[in-house]
Amino acid sequence: MGISLSNISKSYKKVKAVQDISFDVNPGELFGLIGPDGAGKTTIFRILTTLLIPDEGTATVAGFDVVKDYKVIRKAVGYMPGRFSLYQDLTVEENLTFFATIFGTTIEENYDLIEDIYVQIKPFKDRRAGKLSGGMKQKLALSCALIHKPKVLFLDEPTTGVDPVSRKEFWEMLKRLQKKGITILVSTPYMDEAALCDRIALIQSGEILEIDTPKAIVSQFPKTIYNVGADNMYKLIQSLQQYEHVYSVFPFGEFVHYTDKRDSFEMADLQSYLEKEGLTAIHIESTKANIEDAFMELAR
Amino acid sequence: MKRFIGFIKKEFYHIFRDRRSLFILFGMPIAQILLFGFAITNEINNVDIAILDHSKDASTEEVINKISASKYFTVKQILTREADIETAFKKGKIKAVLNFEKHFSRNLIKQNQATIQIITDATDPNTANSITNYINAILQNYQQEKNRAIVVEYQIIPQARMVYNPELKSVFMFVPGVMTIILMLVSAMMTSISITREKELGTMEILLVSPLKPFQVIIGKVVPYIFLSVINAVVIVLLSIFIFKMPLQGSLILLALESVLFIITSLALGILISTIAETQQSAMMISLMGLMLPVILLSGFIFPISSMPVPLQIISNIIPAKWFIIIIKGIMLKGVGMAFIWKETLILMGMTLFFIGLSVKKYKIRLE
Repeated sequence: MGISLSNISKSYKKVKAVQDISFDVNPGELFGLIGPDGAGKTTIFRILTTLLIPDEGTATVAGFDVVKDYKVIRKAVGYMPGRFSLYQDLTVEENLTFFATIFGTTIEENYDLIEDIYVQIKPFKDRRAGKLSGGMKQKLALSCALIHKPKVLFLDEPTTGVDPVSRKEFWEMLKRLQKKGITILVSTPYMDEAALCDRIALIQSGEILEIDTPKAIVSQFPKTIYNVGADNMYKLIQSLQQYEHVYSVFPFGEFVHYTDKRDSFEMADLQSYLEKEGLTAIHIESTKANIEDAFMELAR
Repeated sequence: MKRFIGFIKKEFYHIFRDRRSLFILFGMPIAQILLFGFAITNEINNVDIAILDHSKDASTEEVINKISASKYFTVKQILTREADIETAFKKGKIKAVLNFEKHFSRNLIKQNQATIQIITDATDPNTANSITNYINAILQNYQQEKNRAIVVEYQIIPQARMVYNPELKSVFMFVPGVMTIILMLVSAMMTSISITREKELGTMEILLVSPLKPFQVIIGKVVPYIFLSVINAVVIVLLSIFIFKMPLQGSLILLALESVLFIITSLALGILISTIAETQQSAMMISLMGLMLPVILLSGFIFPISSMPVPLQIISNIIPAKWFIIIIKGIMLKGVGMAFIWKETLILMGMTLFFIGLSVKKYKIRLE
C-alpha cells in the first residue's frame, strides 16, 4: 500500500534529473525527501503521480504500477504541486467544491478529514484564492488535495514561501493526517523540517545520499561539531577556513559550525588562533550535529 | 456527469470573472460589425471631382449638369488651366478631373465627334476604376438621349440587372465575412487560451492527476464557448438584419445549424492549437496569425478567390472560413437550401472530424 521505487532514472534531453533511485515508503509512513533546489525532488513526485514516465526502472504507488495503472493511481492519490496550483479567480469554497466534484465526492462527505485545516480558512471562504496569504494558500491546497480521502498524499515543497508559524502548524497537520492512516511523501529544502519525518531520504543532484530515520542519520555523524561565534562573522569564516587543522566550516545562524581534522582537539588552541587573527568576543562550545550538518558531510 | 457539470460551472466562473475576455467576447463582435458595416465601403458616393472646361458651351454644360446631378459625384472645383490639374490632385480632395476639349459643341455637331479626357487619381485603383466606369455610363446615357431622333440600324441595348444585392451594398459582402471572423476568433482563440492557461498556471497538473478523463476536460472547456459563440452569432445576425437591412432569404434554422457546425469546426481548431502551444501568449499568436490572416485574405471575404493566382486558389480550399462564407451568402442572400450547399457542409464536417481526431491524437495525458 505504500510507495516503492526501484532503479528509477529520468533525463530531460541531456540533463540527468534523477539517476538510479530506489527507496520504499511503508504504508502509513511520513517520509521526507530532503534536498536543495534542483536535486530532482519534483521529478520524483511527477513520476510517482503518473505525470512523467521514467526512462528506466519501475515504481508502484499503493501497489499499482505508475505507467500501466496510471488511471487507478490518479483516483487514489492526493497531489499538491510545488507551485500554488489552484484557481486564483475562484473563491476558497468554490475551489474546494470543484475538487470535491471532480473526484466524485462532496465537501460534507469527507469533512472530518479536512476539518482541522479548513476551520482555519473558513472565515475567508468567500475570498478569491489569489488574494490569500502564502500560509492560507497552502492550507487550501492541502484541503483540496485531501478532499477525496486519498490513500497516498504527495506534497511537493508544501512549506516553501510560508512563514515559520504556518510551517509549524502545517507539519502538525501532517502528523494528524498520518494518524488517520494516510501515507505521506513530502519534500522540503528546509533541514529543520526533516527531523519531523519518520524517515528521510537525503537527495542531491538526482542521487540519494542516505535513507534512514532522522535520528540515525544524525547519530552517524562522525565528528564533533563546535559552535564558534565572534563579533565579525565574515572575518571569522575566512580565518577558520585558513586554519591548518580545519575539516569543515559552515555558517549556521549566528554561529559557525566547525569540525576539526584531529581527534584530540583543544578549544584553547582554536581560541588563541582566532585571537591572533584579531577577532574579539570569541565563543566556542561543542554542540550536537543536526540534519544539515549530516547533509553537508554526505554531500562533500 | 456531475463531475462534468462541476467542470463547466468552473469554466463559466473563469469567463465571467475575467473582464478582459468578456469584453473581447461581446464587445469585439459589435464593434467589428459596425466598423465594417459603416466605415469600410467600396461604394462610390459623393466623389469630389473638378472640371476643366475649355469650351464653356451648351453641350459641356449639359454634360456637367448631368454628372453633378447624379448622387455619385459632386463638382467641387472649376479649373482654368491644365497646370491646375496636378495641384488639385495633390491636395487630395479631388478624385477625378473632367477635361473638355476646345469647341466641344461645334466638334460634336460638325464632325460628329468630341472628346473628354477623364483623369482619375489612381492611388486607390479600385475607386479610380469605378469612377471611370460611372462617368462613362453617364456619358453613354447622355449620348443616347442626344441620338434619340436619329434611327440607327443596328443597336445592342445591354440590360444589366444585379441580382441578390441590387443596390450593390458592400455591407452584404462584409457581414458574412465579419461573422466568420468573429466566430472563428472567439471560438478558436478563447478555447486555446483557456486550455493553455491551465497549463501555464499549473492547474493542468492537478487536473491530470484526477479521475477526469482528457475528453471530459476538453469537452468541458468547449461547451461554454459553444454557448457564447451562439449568442454572438445571434447578435451579429440581428444587427445585420435590423441595422444594415440585410435580407434573410433562406431558412433561419438552416443558418443556425450551419453556424453551430462552423463554431464546432473553430473550437476543434482551438483545441488543436492548445495541444501545440504551451503558453497563453503563443496560443494567442498562433490563433491570430494562423487563423485571422488567412480568414481575411484567403477566404474570399475581401478579395475574390476567382481573381487570385492559381496556387492561392488551391490553398484557399483548406480554409474552413471560405466554405462557411459561401454557405452564409447562399442562405442569407440567395435563399438556397441544403440542396445547394451540401458539398460545403460536408467539407466543413470533414475538416471538423479531422481536427478533432488530430487533437485527440496529440493530447497529452502526461506532462511530456
